Amino acid sequence: MLALGQDEIAKYPFLADAGQYLKDKGFTLEQFGTDPDLKQLIDKAFNRIQVAADGKIYKSDLIGDQVSKEAALPREVFSFLLAIVLLKLSGIHTLIKRFALAEARRAEKFLEKDLATISDESKKQLAIRVINDLFSVQVEKLDDYFVIPISDYLKHSINFHEREWKLINRHVENGRVFLTPHETVRLIRKELGTYINSKIINAKTPTMISGFEDSVNKLVLLSKKFITFTVTTGEYPPCIKHAIEVLEKGENLPHSGRFMLATFLLSKGQSVEQIAPLFKNAPDYNERVTLYQLNHLAGSSGSGTQYSCPSCQKLKTQNLCFATSECDNIINPLQFGKKRK
Amino acid sequence: MQEADTKFLEDSFKKYYFEHFDLIRVPERTSEREFGYQKFNSGMTRHISIKDDKELHLLFMQNIPSDVYCSNAYYSFPNLQMNEKDWKGADLIFDIDAKDLNLSCRKNHTISICNECNDISKNSERCLKCNSTKLEKKSLPCKNCIDSSKREVSKLSEILINDLAIIPKNIHVYFSGNEGFHVYVYDSQFQQIGSRERSELVDYIMFHGTIPETFGMKKFKPNRSSFPDFNEKGWRGKFSKQVFGSKSNRSKIISELLTNGYSSFQKTLVDVSEKIGVKIDPNVTMDIHRIFRLPGSINSKSGLTKIFCRDLSKFDPYNEASFLSDNSVEVFANCPIEFKLKNKKFGPYTNEKITIPTFTAVYMICKKLATIA
Repeated sequence: MLALGQDEIAKYPFLADAGQYLKDKGFTLEQFGTDPDLKQLIDKAFNRIQVAADGKIYKSDLIGDQVSKEAALPREVFSFLLAIVLLKLSGIHTLIKRFALAEARRAEKFLEKDLATISDESKKQLAIRVINDLFSVQVEKLDDYFVIPISDYLKHSINFHEREWKLINRHVENGRVFLTPHETVRLIRKELGTYINSKIINAKTPTMISGFEDSVNKLVLLSKKFITFTVTTGEYPPCIKHAIEVLEKGENLPHSGRFMLATFLLSKGQSVEQIAPLFKNAPDYNERVTLYQLNHLAGSSGSGTQYSCPSCQKLKTQNLCFATSECDNIINPLQFGKKRK
Repeated sequence: MQEADTKFLEDSFKKYYFEHFDLIRVPERTSEREFGYQKFNSGMTRHISIKDDKELHLLFMQNIPSDVYCSNAYYSFPNLQMNEKDWKGADLIFDIDAKDLNLSCRKNHTISICNECNDISKNSERCLKCNSTKLEKKSLPCKNCIDSSKREVSKLSEILINDLAIIPKNIHVYFSGNEGFHVYVYDSQFQQIGSRERSELVDYIMFHGTIPETFGMKKFKPNRSSFPDFNEKGWRGKFSKQVFGSKSNRSKIISELLTNGYSSFQKTLVDVSEKIGVKIDPNVTMDIHRIFRLPGSINSKSGLTKIFCRDLSKFDPYNEASFLSDNSVEVFANCPIEFKLKNKKFGPYTNEKITIPTFTAVYMICKKLATIA
């Protein structure tokens, strides 16, 4: 584990061992529930979660990257640790996810600032080490850029759907990708969120502590607004329509296209027997082979793996995507036509 | 396929594997690979693990396969089912095939075989005899097909070396045995990356998914300063050379691009992609569990060998990948176009009984253009 200074713990509280931190500072959780001076920290923690639930980033007491007052630093860390306790007590995963993401974005800001600093080499080194140790991305400084191996870049960039993150739209040289401090940090946002999320998920859930009940109940209320209903139009997306048209014309649909069509329809609940006739017009149609392959995809033969419909990204690479405006930035054909109500 | 044809092909293949086993290149880390094979008129047998040359030789002699495959992946347990194999990594592989290059020569040497009435005709959309649309296409690739494929291989190698920092000795090029080339990359930083990451590499190599901003064209307040220069590395440099042509043209063309605007620039990118993107088969490179034709084995689509190309520029597959005997055989041939093998011209033949060398007979039978008389 990284050795952290006071400032660093406030900036990256998720790196600290929570239980150890409280012990070192001489506190128990129970004290926060009973001591009126400490109790306001629970409100602060609740507020930290509420801000995250609204999709915003918690404004800390840190000014720039300096702690404004001596006392602000422990408060900053406590409110984070108490927020985790509240989330664990409430047991609501949606809130945990949102909190983790918001905290990741908060930490991202500090990381970016630390990376870009020219005056303080140790801060920069810490930021580089956080990225290296936590996310196995080898970062090196080269002139104004941070360069990372292409393979490390790809492991993270595939989580983005914006085209600017595609490798083709990056400055690539000699096996490495060149990034600004902002991009370097942005690259690991999701993993940072996942890391914080898994730390919370894996933390032990305490039994209810007196003085915490109100805030936990408020969290349960808060989570109600995230319940959504979806309706589907039932229409097929253009890639699927295209595949069906090709087959109807008796033209050849490549293996990858057949895979897409079959897995899509299976996911929509159609049976192997309903799907098989679609392939009848294929130039190389063979009923036995078609049924065998469909059963394989459905998981009813072979290893039992049920294959899922490929992502839009993959279909684009395979030249099977015929997106229209109706696709509305979905990332998998199965999402086509779904609207939140 | 008729029994006599199968027997003839099996005998010829067996002789090859007996006499030319030295041409088979057992990949490194043999015991961690999955092998598979097909026999004539039969399905695929896979999930096989092989210890060494000896075991592989035995597989060839016992089964007389029509095609043999070996995984680009390394597994802890290559002989178990897919989800139990424990994937450890995979070599990067690329398939460049003349049929994917949109070549104008293709129509001259493509043959349509009707699945309904077996009639054979020059490239057509419907069977000339029974009007069926269920046609199987067979191509007898020409010199242009091979030369164009070679150009794609060179483009690919250039990107692998300069952009992806692959050491040249770790790039191995093979003739696929039919219409193109297979390229392997060993010991790179990409051994452990998954399918989605490989799909990004594919888009990079094919010049797919570009946005105008990458090449200097902005949506709002575009300016001249961000357009690429000739000496830049990577795609921006290649884009400059393709679009500006010469240094003296650069300024003039940038003005044109700015006048034409953002959406016109998007069209330019599509055109450029067609010209400078490398035409690889995306599915092959994205697949991390593929069993890929084994180097040195015969491709049953042609009877030619998948062979290592020491000097790509001089390589002539129709001379250097044909290892079967020249003993004469009698066949019924129906082949509407002419082709060349081992520097000899053959065809066209219209439903006639001819006597030809074994290597030619195998080639034609594999292409369904002849049967043993």
